[in-house]
Amino acid sequence: MNDTATDYRVVIGLEVHVQLKTQTKLFCRCSTKFGQPPNTQVCPVCLGLPGALPVLNAHAIELACRAGAALNCELADLTKWDRKNYFYPDLPKGYQTSQYDMPICAGGHVDIPIAPSVHPSGSENSENPEKVVKRIRLVRAHLEEDAGKSMHDEHSGRADSKIDLNRAGTPLLEIVSEPDLSCAEEAKTYLSELRLLMVYLGVSDGNMQEGSLRADANVNLHFVRDGKTIATPIVEVKNLNSFRSVERAIDFEVARQASEFLRTGLAKGQAPKQTRGWNDALGQTELQREKEEEADYRYFPCPDLVPVRLTTLQKQTASEQSAATPSHYRDLLIHEHELKSNDAEILIQQGKSVVEYFLHCIRAGANAKRVAVWMLQDVLRTLNDRSIGIELYPVTPTRMAELLTAIEQGKVDTSQAKQALAKLIDGPNLSVDAAIESLGIVRVDASEIESLCKELLAENADVIDKVRAGNTKAVAALVGQAKKRNRNADPRLVQETCLKLIEQMQ
Amino acid sequence: MNKTPMTLTLTALGQQLRSGALSSRRLIESQLDRVHRSNASINAIVSIDSDRALAQADYWDRQIATGQSIPALAGIPISVKDNLCSKTGVTSCGSRMLRDFRSPYDAHVVERLESSGAILFGKTNLDEFAMGGSTETSVFGPSRNPWDLQRTCGGSSGGSAAAVAAGLVPASLGTDTGGSIRQPAAFCGVCGLKPTYGRVSRWGLISYASSLDTAGVFAQSVEDIAVVLQAIAGHDPRDSTSLPHDVPDYLAAVRQDHSIQGTRIGVIRDQIESPGLDPQVRSSLLEAIEAYRRLGAQIVDVQMPHSKYSIATYYIIAPCEASSNLARYDGVHYGFRSSAKTASTLDRMIEQTRSEGFGPEVQRRILLGTYALSAGYYDAYYLQALKVRRLIRQDYDDAFAKVDVLLGPTTPQPAFRLGEKINDPIQLYLQDLFTVGANLAGIPALSIPTAPGPDGLPIGMQLQAPVLAEAKLLSIAAAYHRATEYQPKLPAAFEDPTS
Repeated sequence: MNDTATDYRVVIGLEVHVQLKTQTKLFCRCSTKFGQPPNTQVCPVCLGLPGALPVLNAHAIELACRAGAALNCELADLTKWDRKNYFYPDLPKGYQTSQYDMPICAGGHVDIPIAPSVHPSGSENSENPEKVVKRIRLVRAHLEEDAGKSMHDEHSGRADSKIDLNRAGTPLLEIVSEPDLSCAEEAKTYLSELRLLMVYLGVSDGNMQEGSLRADANVNLHFVRDGKTIATPIVEVKNLNSFRSVERAIDFEVARQASEFLRTGLAKGQAPKQTRGWNDALGQTELQREKEEEADYRYFPCPDLVPVRLTTLQKQTASEQSAATPSHYRDLLIHEHELKSNDAEILIQQGKSVVEYFLHCIRAGANAKRVAVWMLQDVLRTLNDRSIGIELYPVTPTRMAELLTAIEQGKVDTSQAKQALAKLIDGPNLSVDAAIESLGIVRVDASEIESLCKELLAENADVIDKVRAGNTKAVAALVGQAKKRNRNADPRLVQETCLKLIEQMQ
Repeated sequence: MNKTPMTLTLTALGQQLRSGALSSRRLIESQLDRVHRSNASINAIVSIDSDRALAQADYWDRQIATGQSIPALAGIPISVKDNLCSKTGVTSCGSRMLRDFRSPYDAHVVERLESSGAILFGKTNLDEFAMGGSTETSVFGPSRNPWDLQRTCGGSSGGSAAAVAAGLVPASLGTDTGGSIRQPAAFCGVCGLKPTYGRVSRWGLISYASSLDTAGVFAQSVEDIAVVLQAIAGHDPRDSTSLPHDVPDYLAAVRQDHSIQGTRIGVIRDQIESPGLDPQVRSSLLEAIEAYRRLGAQIVDVQMPHSKYSIATYYIIAPCEASSNLARYDGVHYGFRSSAKTASTLDRMIEQTRSEGFGPEVQRRILLGTYALSAGYYDAYYLQALKVRRLIRQDYDDAFAKVDVLLGPTTPQPAFRLGEKINDPIQLYLQDLFTVGANLAGIPALSIPTAPGPDGLPIGMQLQAPVLAEAKLLSIAAAYHRATEYQPKLPAAFEDPTS
């Protein structure tokens, strides 16, 4: 690329559609369950049959308020529904019920971690000097219903299209950011942080494969020429359904727009606004629509629905329910339980229930650092191997805490504890003591150890001499012999007892 | 069947059914016979499931025979306008677009009628998607006025009005968006009530203009209106605009012979004195006002300063909502789809389907609404219309602070001739001058027959009351009919020849 191509700033705003975790659709009682046979979760309302009328799902309002509170938005006192009119085969009513000028959430922001070297503009985070946080401002977040899904059969030879309306009417929260993102990686981090937040609050299941989080990116470049900033035409890139596609599509688009600008010199306003779709297979954005002016959706208030007044109680509840954010847990793990920030982040990214498991172990008396080590090494590996969530992990946090405390108390050593854990995983009804016993580990009485040590010292006068000469490590030779005579002898105890006896002999 | 005037009423039929003097089967058979004899001339009913009606009649006869208490409308045939969804038969909306459409569910009002024992007795003709005032825009062709077959029965609920007027049914359901119950009631000489917006659920009422659409009742007497309203009124959680208020006892309000001494009746002077008002309508109304005065009512002159904007306001708001409500008829999911060769791409298919599936009046209103909602015009039209709508409501609030009900003409003149106005939409829209106000304000309004004109054509008087004051409205209307000894009767051509 031409070296002048680098003298621009990348400007990105994201519109993220978050599917809310409601049992039923936004305006009817059809199930929102994913993956059911086509057109089995439909009724007159979401099919747009003549005479059918929408009734608002109150749970969607609750979840939107919770999300809005967590996103630092201002929750509206009064919010209403508008119809966005356009024809599309998977839009059965010929309009989408959405929110136009009175969205449920206005303003707000999300703080995202960024690498400090690349972004000197980011503010220092004093408690965590290696991390820098950047604030991404939000324009708004509004509720709307999803459309159905068109499936085009290219192979039938007749270019058959089929429409599945199971998804039509599913509640979405559209979160619109200001153009505060300045590279593909930031956009990806923002999306990832947003997803984590929504999942923690139970607002969305955040399942990317099932389309629970979908993003459109508005991308353009600001070139500096002769001290003046020239903006390139804004391009809306649609269909970004994975973190990877967000990153790749933006990188592609930045490069494409840079070379386009260098070739044509056309600035914003001089070329039509484009909508481009991301083709993941080909790794490129493709022109979908080119319009001189905005599409006219003829928004007007939906006369079938009544405006929604949010009560103080609703807002208060939302703010209480939005407290358990990832950053709240980050703070807890790093500052209260003194985990390394990388370790904390791994646990945080696993989801709230993994973090709650961790905290439960600590409440049950286990040492935080030891719990972290065991979770990062053993628990997560098992979850991964078995492709299960922590909910299905066979060892309860109470048992886990008991096991780790047994190490603490010297009842077992680390390797024995790992064997005991394996027993517990296979036999979830086993108690920790039973698991330890089943390994044949029996706690040997201190007096028994003492007589064993006396016996050994009597037989190994050379060891006594070496220790007296200052070589305390020489007792290690006795440990092996002790194990042979009694396999349950605790090596550490044997060592300590021998040293004590030698000292007493003097 | 006995042809004495009283048997025309639902109340009288109910008594005969309960007493065993008449069986529901005999009633239905006799009414089916009437349909076969008369419907061809008036085209009021567009589809009817006779077998189902007879089976239901037998069911109710068995129930009545057990001596158990039976619901209010048990065994009584009632017709329903064809923009109200019914699982039985087709729900066409009078449009080519839905000519073969079978609804998988019943409208709330159909459910309520049937659970009150009524027998769904045919779907009635209407202007396409309820847009029009003469049923001339229906895909089934116009319905005719039983009093003069050359004249319109009005619209859009013309079929429902004509069916009652011709004695095919004692009552029918219609819908009223700008006068579509009251105007045909006036033209056909029957009673027609548009209840308060939200009093009767819109679930299953095929939307024309959602903020104005109201399902209501046609019958031969005010008392019968009360009986049917009692059955269909009430809260329905499936309609977000449905009102939660308790339903009063309408029948008690109508049956008790309360004095209307001191009742304040507001006369909208501008309407009575309007130069466009037909003299025979004016004199019939002046007679009615005199009757009320004799009953001891206090007649008060009322000004409605913004009523002159009501037609303009209505013809912005209704088409705007219609343009969006009718977007779903795109040929993709159900209903008519163009088979034209030019409909080769998706956009062309939708365009062609809507061009062929909708008639000219529906297309006109969709275009009007689409235009008025477009960027750059929204503020000047739709938003402005909403503001005027508030002023019109305010006029009503101010008026009802002084009077109990408002009295005026339902229509500027009696039924006009078919073909007379269909090519002049403005003239047709002006027919709604006196009726659209009640829709814009969401208040209940009733048209009842007054003394017919010299040529025998029926004339209607409109009474309007505050929100949810249906009981008072019906009671004041009933007092007038009682005082004038009003007896419903059939046009000569529709009297039973065998008796």
